[in-house]
Amino acid sequence: MLRLEPRAEPSRLMTALTPLIAVTATMIAGGILFWLLGKNPFEAIRIIFWDPIFDENLSSYARPQLLVKAAPLILIALGLSLGFRAGIWNIGAEGQFIMGAIFGAGVGLAFYPADSVFIFPLMIIAGAIGGFLWAMIPAILKTQFNTNEILVSLLLVYVAEFILASMSLGLLRNPEGAGFPGSRNLRSYESAHNAELITNTGIHWGVITAVFALVAIYVLLQRHMIGYQIRLAGQAARAARFSGVSPNWLIITCLGISGGIAGLAGMFEVSGPSGQISIDFNVGYGFTAIIVAFLGRLNPIGITLAGLLLALTYIGGELASFQLGLPSAAIQAFQGMLLFFLLATDVLINFRIRWRHGVAA
Amino acid sequence: MQSAVQTLGDRFRVAALLTLDSLTKAYPGVVANDDVSFEIGVGEVHALLGENGAGKSTLVKMIYGLVRPDSGTMTFDGAAFTPTDPRASRAAGVGMVFQHFSLFEALSVAENIALGMDETPPDLSLSIRNVSQEYGLALDPDRLVGDLSAGERQRVEIVRCLLQNPRLLVMDEPTSVLTPQEVGTLFQTLRKLRAEGTSILYISHKLEEIRQLCDRATILRRGKVVGSCIPAEESARSIAEMMVGAELTPPVGRVYSPGEVLLSVTQLNQTSADAFGTSLKDVSFDLHAGEVLGIAGVAGNGQDELLAALSGEVRAQPGAVVMKGESVGDHGPNHRRMRGLLTAPEERLGHAAAPDMSLTENALLTGWGRQRLHNRGFIKWTSTANFARAVIERFDVRTPGPANAAKSLSGGNLQKFVIGREILQSPDVLVVNQPTWGVDAAAAADIRAAILELADQGAGVVVISQDLDELMEISDTFAVLAGGRLSPVQPASGVTVEEIGLLMGGTHAAA
Repeated sequence: MLRLEPRAEPSRLMTALTPLIAVTATMIAGGILFWLLGKNPFEAIRIIFWDPIFDENLSSYARPQLLVKAAPLILIALGLSLGFRAGIWNIGAEGQFIMGAIFGAGVGLAFYPADSVFIFPLMIIAGAIGGFLWAMIPAILKTQFNTNEILVSLLLVYVAEFILASMSLGLLRNPEGAGFPGSRNLRSYESAHNAELITNTGIHWGVITAVFALVAIYVLLQRHMIGYQIRLAGQAARAARFSGVSPNWLIITCLGISGGIAGLAGMFEVSGPSGQISIDFNVGYGFTAIIVAFLGRLNPIGITLAGLLLALTYIGGELASFQLGLPSAAIQAFQGMLLFFLLATDVLINFRIRWRHGVAA
Repeated sequence: MQSAVQTLGDRFRVAALLTLDSLTKAYPGVVANDDVSFEIGVGEVHALLGENGAGKSTLVKMIYGLVRPDSGTMTFDGAAFTPTDPRASRAAGVGMVFQHFSLFEALSVAENIALGMDETPPDLSLSIRNVSQEYGLALDPDRLVGDLSAGERQRVEIVRCLLQNPRLLVMDEPTSVLTPQEVGTLFQTLRKLRAEGTSILYISHKLEEIRQLCDRATILRRGKVVGSCIPAEESARSIAEMMVGAELTPPVGRVYSPGEVLLSVTQLNQTSADAFGTSLKDVSFDLHAGEVLGIAGVAGNGQDELLAALSGEVRAQPGAVVMKGESVGDHGPNHRRMRGLLTAPEERLGHAAAPDMSLTENALLTGWGRQRLHNRGFIKWTSTANFARAVIERFDVRTPGPANAAKSLSGGNLQKFVIGREILQSPDVLVVNQPTWGVDAAAAADIRAAILELADQGAGVVVISQDLDELMEISDTFAVLAGGRLSPVQPASGVTVEEIGLLMGGTHAAA
């Protein structure tokens, strides 16, 4: 009989190993899922994990896509990791992502067709402000009325989606678009375009910002009092209060930073890869980033690796649905399994498995 | 020593109820019990003594079926005893009263008792009344547990055990939350049980109690049995020396001459945030330079609330707390620390220290502002580690180093670290809650000595404690916290334990 026994200290080995175990288990369970759907599981796994990077024909398209897709995931997940470490659960990054995109695109479109190097920086600032303000709603409701930030931030995603729909049908609709929903395409407005900086790499300003955020968050957590207070509050809330950390200040800070960063990601997305405000330009980066944050152990470097991995499953999943006719829901289930197995294997960090001999109780 | 053990064994050759033979249990990195053997006779009150981390709780958990030994055997009433879970242990006749009660405050006494039993007797309320009458444990089955005093709650746990007719009753630190009067009642109950042939395994730090109550004592140190004795034939000091394996030097008397007022608390009222907490009502006192003010009281009478109000975790009216002439009542912990008002809460893990963080990080917890361990928010990790190392060295904290997690330390060592962290920051006023709670004798003596030394250097110290012996030993002045009210401060010399007991029982009349 299997038995769990607590460890004296959390296992560092297992902290590093469980993501790999989870990925392996996901491949196995996902393979079974694909097999039940009547597909060749080995081929499906190969298409998802191998072909995007190594297949001669596909990689020229897929490799740059890796950074394009990973950048928003990593960026958002880095922001979320701060709050998650402090026990403040911002589940509404998707909404903050949308509001950042609307603010950023709105500022850019307001200047159309002016030509200036200041427009894009202004859009960046506006994007961050949009996400920040949207995150302040759950933050202030929590500090003033002790509402649950999980529910408020999540429900605000749907509010943001309605605002997005309203914007693409109304205020921001392309006046020259023959009545079709959606804004002007920012890719064809040079001052507002988040262009690829090095050809065929996928590197745009969002990728650069993600690298910058990686370093900044790492330093914040390791060397700065704010990072220390966030970690302390997450591990021992009473000790944090005893240390002098104000819970309200922490809520505002964590939601503010994560919202601002999610807004940035939305702005980089709408002005680059997506190009325009449309009813459904958001593809769920804000939600997937939650998986990325946990898969990466809330650790900046882990999040970067996890973001790349999830981006790979996005691209590989697209290829698989295109080549094998796998339903996109199967790919989403596959990504969900990753989080499921990660949380399940987490128990190994604090517990060891022992085989119990003799009679069961 | 060997021959002494032998003769003791002979004198209790009556009949062994529980025999432990070479029990060994190892956890990663530590052998909690190493070849432990002793026996508990029928109708014997057997004391299990040892410093924190000596392996008492592991041993008890093995007897109660919560932990299984790596090797060794237990024999209960002549038959092999290998409980796989507490239910099996209870079925064999072992009852356990834990140090921390596992009761639901919103449920009645009878409901709580029913929840903890494997088989509920048909008329539970009647059974409860019968048992409580028989053993002098006054208890109303219909009252809500939330309304009961600590002593009454303990009775609920004891009655729950007695209803199952245990042959062996295990009690872990049963008197730590009781008033002196309640302790007296408990001892009567235990003596009656013994007279009826029930064996009792009694775990305590309080050596005087063990001398009064127990027939025999087994002493553990670092997981091994290092001796056994008949407590009545020993002095508290000689038993303590067996526990720590070294001679103890009692602190010398101190001459107290009050200096200027450092901390002044005036009409402090504080509604407790906890639904079952105790609100502070009109608490007022002055603390002078060089003074050790002892505040006694039974747990749950406002101690935690008083500490939180003084530390700044909970804000009060500005003028309710005045530190060296400055109103700090509406300021937070860091502001007060910068002004010289430092505190050490009772709960070590999770309040005074973050369990999973290293000692270095825990040194930062209260030292960051006063010790200037950061530069515009950027943490000076080297200085912080040096500060942690200084605490470890100065207060003899036994740990491999400052990088170790707080929770890896034994209770006594962590307490030395937590108190030392504040003392080393040269406070003008130090407020400590339960400084030696669950701490072994040697560490407790160190901590008391450090507190007295701090007062000698001109600081004022408030010691909130439930250990009257400790307060009598170190306090210059004395007050009792009962029901959230503080009695007038009086000189500690000349106060009798009986007087204090009555003040302490102020809200909950002792039975």
